[in-house]
Amino acid sequence: MAHLDPVLLLAIGLLMLVSLVVLYSASGGNLMRVFGQFTNILVACVAMWLVANMPLHYLMRSAVPIYIFGMILLVCVALFGDISHGARRWLNIGVATIQPSELMKVAVPLMMAWYFEKHEATLTIKNYFVAALLLLMPVALIVRQPDLGTSILIGASGFYVLFLAGLSWRIMLGMVLMAVASAPFLWSMLHEYQRHRILMLLDPSQDALGQGYHTIQGMIAVGSGGLMGKGYLHGTQTHLEFLPERTTDFIFAVYSEEFGFVGNAILLAMYIFVIGRGFVITANASTYFTRLLAGSITLTFFTYAFVNIGMVSGILPVVGVPLPLVSYGGTSMLTLLLGFGMLMSIHTHKQLVKT
Amino acid sequence: MKRTVELKNHQREIYYFRFRLMLSLGFVLLMMLILLLRFAYLQLMKHDYFQTMAESNRIAVVPIVPNRGLILDRNGIVLARNYSGYTLEIASRKVANLEATINELSTLVDIQPKDRKRFKKLLAESRNFDTLPIRNRLSDKEVARFAAQSYRFPGVELKARLFREYPFGEATSHLIGYIGRINEKDIHRLENDDTASNYRGSDYIGKTGLEQRYEKELHGSTGFEQVEVDAGGRAVRALTRSAPKSGNTLRLTLDAKLQEVAANAFGSFRGALVAIDPNNGEILAFISRPGYDPNLFIDGIDSDNWEALNTSLDVPLNNRALRGQYPMGSTLKPFMALAGLYYKRSPTYTINDPGYYTLPGNRHRYRDWKEGGHGKVDMFKSIVVSCDTYYYGLATELGIDRIHSYLSKFGFGKKTGVDMNGEASGLLPSAEWKMKRHKQIWYPGDTVSVGIGQGYNLVTPLQLASATATLANDGVAYRPHFVKQIQRSSGNTPEVKPEPTLDLHIEPQNIDLVKRAMEAVTKPGGTAVRASAGAPYRIAGKTGTAQVIGMKQGEKYDADKINEYNRDHAWFIAFAPAEKPRIALAVLVENGGHGGATAAPIARKVFDYYLLGKIPKPLPASAVKEGDQSD
Repeated sequence: MAHLDPVLLLAIGLLMLVSLVVLYSASGGNLMRVFGQFTNILVACVAMWLVANMPLHYLMRSAVPIYIFGMILLVCVALFGDISHGARRWLNIGVATIQPSELMKVAVPLMMAWYFEKHEATLTIKNYFVAALLLLMPVALIVRQPDLGTSILIGASGFYVLFLAGLSWRIMLGMVLMAVASAPFLWSMLHEYQRHRILMLLDPSQDALGQGYHTIQGMIAVGSGGLMGKGYLHGTQTHLEFLPERTTDFIFAVYSEEFGFVGNAILLAMYIFVIGRGFVITANASTYFTRLLAGSITLTFFTYAFVNIGMVSGILPVVGVPLPLVSYGGTSMLTLLLGFGMLMSIHTHKQLVKT
Repeated sequence: MKRTVELKNHQREIYYFRFRLMLSLGFVLLMMLILLLRFAYLQLMKHDYFQTMAESNRIAVVPIVPNRGLILDRNGIVLARNYSGYTLEIASRKVANLEATINELSTLVDIQPKDRKRFKKLLAESRNFDTLPIRNRLSDKEVARFAAQSYRFPGVELKARLFREYPFGEATSHLIGYIGRINEKDIHRLENDDTASNYRGSDYIGKTGLEQRYEKELHGSTGFEQVEVDAGGRAVRALTRSAPKSGNTLRLTLDAKLQEVAANAFGSFRGALVAIDPNNGEILAFISRPGYDPNLFIDGIDSDNWEALNTSLDVPLNNRALRGQYPMGSTLKPFMALAGLYYKRSPTYTINDPGYYTLPGNRHRYRDWKEGGHGKVDMFKSIVVSCDTYYYGLATELGIDRIHSYLSKFGFGKKTGVDMNGEASGLLPSAEWKMKRHKQIWYPGDTVSVGIGQGYNLVTPLQLASATATLANDGVAYRPHFVKQIQRSSGNTPEVKPEPTLDLHIEPQNIDLVKRAMEAVTKPGGTAVRASAGAPYRIAGKTGTAQVIGMKQGEKYDADKINEYNRDHAWFIAFAPAEKPRIALAVLVENGGHGGATAAPIARKVFDYYLLGKIPKPLPASAVKEGDQSD
């Protein structure tokens, strides 16, 4: 237990508790679902503990192999991945199907932080471009799968590394302008359903039984929760199955309906608690690599939460990002806790590195 | 020095890093604040609005469709019933790609091209996004296969439903009619009647026949249930419920077995038969041949069958018994004789028939059907041998006004008022009518041909049967009707006790003379010997022949069939037992030639079954086609 951070552990433990409680309601009292999530948590915690106990130079050394391995898998997916629900995201490796984009959520910030650490002494603008390229290659492959949610998260995690590594404001301004200028091109790159989801955000009622349905039902659930909520297990939107994907992407709507504005404020506080602890760890990190990695992990965790809550409450398009630590799902739980494991490792191993 | 610079750089670097971290923290807090404001907007400001939305989301009023009433014959034999089965339905608004979904479904259940065609047709004419059936009457295997895979098909539902079925099929097609899916026209009519709300949830409505006429009785009243539903529209829990009331059961006056015997007696002939109990106007058999399979129509007929039924030269969809209008030919003679007697023509008045008739001052010869004539003919013989010359003279003597006045008492030229929609009124001509219709005055020559039932005069088989029943009942008329009793779920209602609609007050000796003459028609020397040969009861009847005016120019026809379709129509009216009639009927055989040859044997089979319970052996059609005497 030596290398676990008790404060961060408490913070994420609270959110996991929320997850089990809300899942019970969201699944309509299905204990199997709750138990399943409990297993996910246990497995992820073991992974977190292993990573937390890993000395930092192990982490650094693993960055390049993990990244290259991930990229190979992504190319494989693009070439001969399984298609499910209209998207080519999965790779059949005989015994199981895996989703390499999940691996990249860890691999990209790791690789970029490693790259900046490597060139710390002689950082020039060229290094930022190379780092950006390391980011854009996997993101482009994932956008084409298509998987908008994952590519946003990975894109964000990479951007945070660039930002914390001191990317000049002028270049960032130039990137924003370029993004605006290339918007029509990007728009044409998007899949039909992705465009549809963005359009629906502007007017969800246009397609109340189609794509706008998710947004409308989510907003109804949140809005009808009121100040105090309808009470645990009493959300009508949830229990009458109006809400789609109640246990996964839309679990926040379930929580929000049953616990209301007050509950939401508490949940935001819990997330701020986790993020705040992440910032403390980042600020105290001893090396360039660990600072960038810790900062990226923390901010990516925030992005997760913000995008999910934003889409459920109707201010962001529905992009398929789960609510971190709460939504049902083993993979996202695992990648998140791997991240927290790294944070803990960074925090608990720093003295050793310093000396 | 160098080291301090490096150290300084390192410190600056950390300083910059922490600055950017603080900016990030600010950004995080700002975004969290935005979320909080969004919650405040949704959950505090707009709470009432979303609360209402959530409420209306979960409570739906679901109609419960009542069971449609049964239709039974007079003895309780089922003519229209319901059976439960499974249907596969698609809520088209919830399915993004109908074609792909149907293709997927066809791997689980058998979906024929005709099912797809029918679905498309229904889709085109459906009202406000109904769920529409893609397949009806699924087999148990198909039900099981789909049920196991149903999660793959959002918007596709397996529904247990009652189907309508007509066990007698073609034999009762024109009588019972059929139900079909409610269309725009039906909705319009229901809205006008203020009954549209009773049809919420109903997919079917009576389209023709008794199913249409007694729709109000058969449909029942729709119940309602307030249910909590999920987004898929599936009911989760019932809140309140008002039970539906099943439709009433119709018990008909019809004898189903008689109906079947009569339908079979036609063989391959086209035509119509209406049999009535003369003592009360109860319709015992009601045939229009050819019929069609009413079961085809229930779920929307497929285009191939529809095409076949509509383009057939035999027009099977035409209800000949109710709507077919034909010249009545010599079957008019008994009624003309009664008119003569009423207007004081002596029964013993005798003519010498040379085989033709001429109007005074005119050389045009109106020919008798028999060349050389019948010799001395009085009223009795005029009916037995069907002497045309006698009736040319009688008609001229009476004049069209008196003929019109008397015959209309038998119901000619007007609807009988039977309890079925779409009845034709036939035509009983008058001078007034001709002026209105043809802008011509009535010529004496017109009267001559009216006297033998040709020229301007049309009758439906139902009208003629009704008139025959009135004659058989000594001039006391009843309205022909199909329904004997409407059985309500609250308890049986008493049987319909028909009151006479009219008493013609025919002198007993007059009706006696005509009836005796009609009985002689079926005896040797008469025109319909075949009708009564070997019968243990007495039959009174009259044959008739209706001339067919050739097909109109430009009409489609089958060259092989043209001769057959130009042949005369054969009539036979009869009642039995002659002394105390229990059944009266009119038979029309289209293009059947002479009534005694083709129509009379059909009548005989009907009588044999009704009076003796005898089931006739099927006869080859050729056996009845050979002629007796001519008319």
